[in-house]
Amino acid sequence: MRTKHTRESAASEARSLERDAWERLCRNRMARIGGLVFAAICLLCLIGPLLSPHTYATTNLAYGAQPPSWQHWFGTDDLGRDILVRTLVGGRISIGVGFTATAVALIIGVAYGMLAGYAGGRTESIMMRCVDTLYALPFTIIVILLTVLIEDGGIYLIFLAIGAVEWLTMARIVRGQTKALRRLSFVDAARVNGVNTARILRRHILPNLLGPVIVYTTLTIPAVILLESVISFLGLGVQPPMSSWGTLIHSGSLKIDVYPWQLIFPGLFFSLTIFSLNFIGDGLRDALDPQDGK
Amino acid sequence: MRHHHIHLLLCTISLFFTCCDARITNVARGNAARELYFGIGTEPAGLDPHLITGLTELHVTVALFEGLATLDSRTMEIRPGVARSWEISEDGKTYTFHFDPQARWSNGDPVTAQDFLYSFQRILSPALGAPYAYMLFDMKHAEAYNKGDTKDFAQVGARAPNPATLIIELNQPTPYFLSLLTHYTWWPVHPPTIEKHGGMTQRISEWTKPGNFVGNGPFTLESWRINSSLYAKKNPRYRDPDSVWLNGVHFLPIQADAEERAFRAGHLHLSSTILPHRIDWYRQHMPERMRFDTALGVYYYMLNTSREPLNDPRVRQALAYSIDREAITEHVLKAGQEPAYHFTPPRTGGSYTARTRISYNPDLARRLLAEAGYPDGTGFPSFEILYNTSESHRAIAVAIQQMWNKELGIDVKLYNQEWKVYLSTRQSGNFDILRAAWFGDYDDPNTFLSLGKSDNGNNHTKWNNPQYDTLIEQATREQDPDRRFEIFQQAEAILLAELPVIPIYFYVTSRLIHPSVQGWHANILDYHPYQSVELID
Amino acid sequence: MLHLIARRLLQAIPTLWLIATLTFVLLHLAPGGPFDEEKPVPPEVRAQIEAHYGLNLPLHQQYVRFLGSLLQGDLGPSYKYAGWRVDEIISQSFPVSLELGGWALLIALALGIPIGVIAALQHGKAAETALMGVAMVGICLPTFVLGPLLLLVFSSGLGWFNPLGWSVPSDRLLPALTLGLFYGAYIARLTRSGMLDTLHHDYIRTARAKGLSERLVVLRHALRSALYPVVAYLGPALAGLISGSFIVETIFFIPGLGMFFVNSAFNRDYTLVMGTVLFYAVWIILFNLLVDLIQMWMNPRTRHED
Repeated sequence: MRTKHTRESAASEARSLERDAWERLCRNRMARIGGLVFAAICLLCLIGPLLSPHTYATTNLAYGAQPPSWQHWFGTDDLGRDILVRTLVGGRISIGVGFTATAVALIIGVAYGMLAGYAGGRTESIMMRCVDTLYALPFTIIVILLTVLIEDGGIYLIFLAIGAVEWLTMARIVRGQTKALRRLSFVDAARVNGVNTARILRRHILPNLLGPVIVYTTLTIPAVILLESVISFLGLGVQPPMSSWGTLIHSGSLKIDVYPWQLIFPGLFFSLTIFSLNFIGDGLRDALDPQDGK
Repeated sequence: MRHHHIHLLLCTISLFFTCCDARITNVARGNAARELYFGIGTEPAGLDPHLITGLTELHVTVALFEGLATLDSRTMEIRPGVARSWEISEDGKTYTFHFDPQARWSNGDPVTAQDFLYSFQRILSPALGAPYAYMLFDMKHAEAYNKGDTKDFAQVGARAPNPATLIIELNQPTPYFLSLLTHYTWWPVHPPTIEKHGGMTQRISEWTKPGNFVGNGPFTLESWRINSSLYAKKNPRYRDPDSVWLNGVHFLPIQADAEERAFRAGHLHLSSTILPHRIDWYRQHMPERMRFDTALGVYYYMLNTSREPLNDPRVRQALAYSIDREAITEHVLKAGQEPAYHFTPPRTGGSYTARTRISYNPDLARRLLAEAGYPDGTGFPSFEILYNTSESHRAIAVAIQQMWNKELGIDVKLYNQEWKVYLSTRQSGNFDILRAAWFGDYDDPNTFLSLGKSDNGNNHTKWNNPQYDTLIEQATREQDPDRRFEIFQQAEAILLAELPVIPIYFYVTSRLIHPSVQGWHANILDYHPYQSVELID
Repeated sequence: MLHLIARRLLQAIPTLWLIATLTFVLLHLAPGGPFDEEKPVPPEVRAQIEAHYGLNLPLHQQYVRFLGSLLQGDLGPSYKYAGWRVDEIISQSFPVSLELGGWALLIALALGIPIGVIAALQHGKAAETALMGVAMVGICLPTFVLGPLLLLVFSSGLGWFNPLGWSVPSDRLLPALTLGLFYGAYIARLTRSGMLDTLHHDYIRTARAKGLSERLVVLRHALRSALYPVVAYLGPALAGLISGSFIVETIFFIPGLGMFFVNSAFNRDYTLVMGTVLFYAVWIILFNLLVDLIQMWMNPRTRHED
């Protein structure tokens, strides 16, 4: 009887907590702005190219490297291609890769780190030494191998390669946090009361991890987007004429003092996306903060 | 505690960083001290003349060694080197060299004919694994010794009757033999030094490090900090020190982008290249600081003629005729490269320019494609252009991809691979179209046209034409230079009709050069001995 | 404590062995070898070259030879840079990278932590948004953008600094800033997040109730716990500084180890790859140990672990 009552009230408590969190998120002004900007960017990237008279692939060699004009709002790149369209099309790739690869890193990293930090002792040692080992391996060679072993992976391969690298850092941070949390009084109490591990992890540890995890996630997304350009350098990422923000920014950074528009516009889109995601992340963190009982 | 101490800390730190250092540029310093600052682009992979293969290494070693003869960098005439004079026998097969008595190694030892014998034996020894040993194969029995057929070096056509005389016997009269002697494979190494550091056939040796190094060139290796700088200081024991104006050369392996910044800031007299996107700026502001010299190299696409539809010569021709090379050289490359409508660079060997030409003719291309069974590109299977990672290869590939799409209606995909993987793929032949380049080892059409031979190790096109093979073999045996070039013309005509390769443009060596540098002469081999260089403010 | 250190150092041995073995396998699986050139050499010549380096031996024999020389501390000759030994290359280049990384880390901590703390204390106000905005700029400007940008303003533009090199002390600032601002931004955000987490905890409330001045509350209690995720991040930050230093070293022409760390893989310079990987692995392990020790000191509750 007591159990049933607790379970029901716990369930409704959970629901109202979520609604509460959502309301608090919406009330956060910066998070609202961030959400709108991000939604706008996504919309532009999806629909924009369809509305433009230019395509991302059409070259026009005689009009290479032209500054912004009425014909080309963002100017052209060295081969005369319209930078606005290329930025928008590139956004599709970058946002897609950014989210997917980060999600992969997040899931693996949090699970691994939490288990390691909670288990402690020998298990933790072995798990973290594995992380150390994977960390030290030369990333370049691994990516080169991947390009060879998997002939036609394309985009999905990028997720794999990037996720394989980023989860390591997430795991380390999560493990550190978990270790600290594990010794807190209420966790100890739960253990003593015989609550099973999975429950403890889900109800006590995980919510308290949210702070650094969310922050780190919003920091991982830009890292992933830029890492993608490194990978395409090795032949694994997007192939021309397709572009991504990473490759556009990398190309543009070489010409920063002669053709600055080639860097500014993709850079601006990239920065705005990161800014908005981070404000959303901050809002999320604030909204979900279990201690924030004002 | 807080405020005052933090302020003090910050002040100290900023002082440390911005502390007064009179910033005198390298150019100013070098002009005063007669030292050249040369940007070579990458760290040299070694200084052993028998083992190096690249241009970067050539630029450094040409300061440190000298062969029997040298080239005048302006006129490309043969000049005396270690050998002061020579005689050629009636039949043109025997050369007798008389050594300059002033020729010395940097440690004072005289340069003797035996040193050259030792060096020839070294580079021809199979155990050393010298990559360019074949450059000596004109010498009698040299090839046999290198292949291991002869174990006795005395059989090879080189003799030293006395320390100041060297006699070389050739397989046949070779008109360009003297120019061969200027190639690094023919340079001498100092036998006691080699012996001290592992012996004649030891590849893994530290004899090229400062302190161990002994050379006979106008400069000697003074210091070498890896990935930082290499300094070659004037060699007082060089046979003709008065002919050398410079006191030293600093070689700086700065990467392309940073190199241009370095040049602009007065950190370098010479750069290794000019990036295409910088050319417009320099054209506008400092055109006199750019130098473009024709280079002996061709940029081309290699086609795998064993794959459909590339096995049909009409398809290959259609592809070749629909590329607007002018647009590429003018708008993408911008350094004055010449569009290539034939394969061998113009004026190779002094006077060889192919008469057969392909052209930019999209209409003809479309007709050919239709004839081959793909009118307007319908039904044309997709294939891939493979190139090694680089901004400029990508730009060209994208441009060509678009041209083929626009003119022929076909869709090709692009694919880039990292350098070693690309080499491996090339070797295995597992490609459709591959971006490639060929630079001549020596100034003669043979180095280009022999690529088309079916047994040539660099021919990955799977194209073989017995008539072509015969012509090339004929040319190697032909003594009369005019008739020889005629044979090459016929061979090239076949190559350009069949098009297993599509030439795109001829290379240009582009450099940034400070106005104070005098005596840096353009030549097709990018061969620049430093004797002629002076720095005038 | 000593017990832990000893145990971790002992664990480092199998870890390093594993790293060495995996790297060996990966290198030999990757297509292309150290002596592949644009103009390929005839097969007999190739065979001779490989014989010099023992590459013609069967793989397991090569592995045994490699392990053997490793145990003797011999990292071998570089395959690509003839005449140079791997240990020479490392000993010449590493001090430079260490100095660069050190300055960068200093800048990152000196900027990131204060910004994060102040932002947390100003939670909900405009100042926080502004500070976090500044931090975001550091994240949005990757090193290959920030470097040339700083050079454009401070070197070509104002002429205050050399555009490249590592000779005079002032050469350190721009590269260290380029590398450090990026990590500083991360640290600022982690610090702020950590502080916000802990500002509400019970013991903070307790300290407040005791009547200690606000400053003490913040500095002593909150900061220590708030820095926890920052310290955890320092391990990966070091790894990032190491690989990130390659880009900065290229832009500023700094003779550090980053260039060799990255390019050796492209050159298939087996010995140099192995040498740099193991060298860095040792540092990563030591640094991670240090970070874990600091974390334990910061949070005494975790001391009785392991």
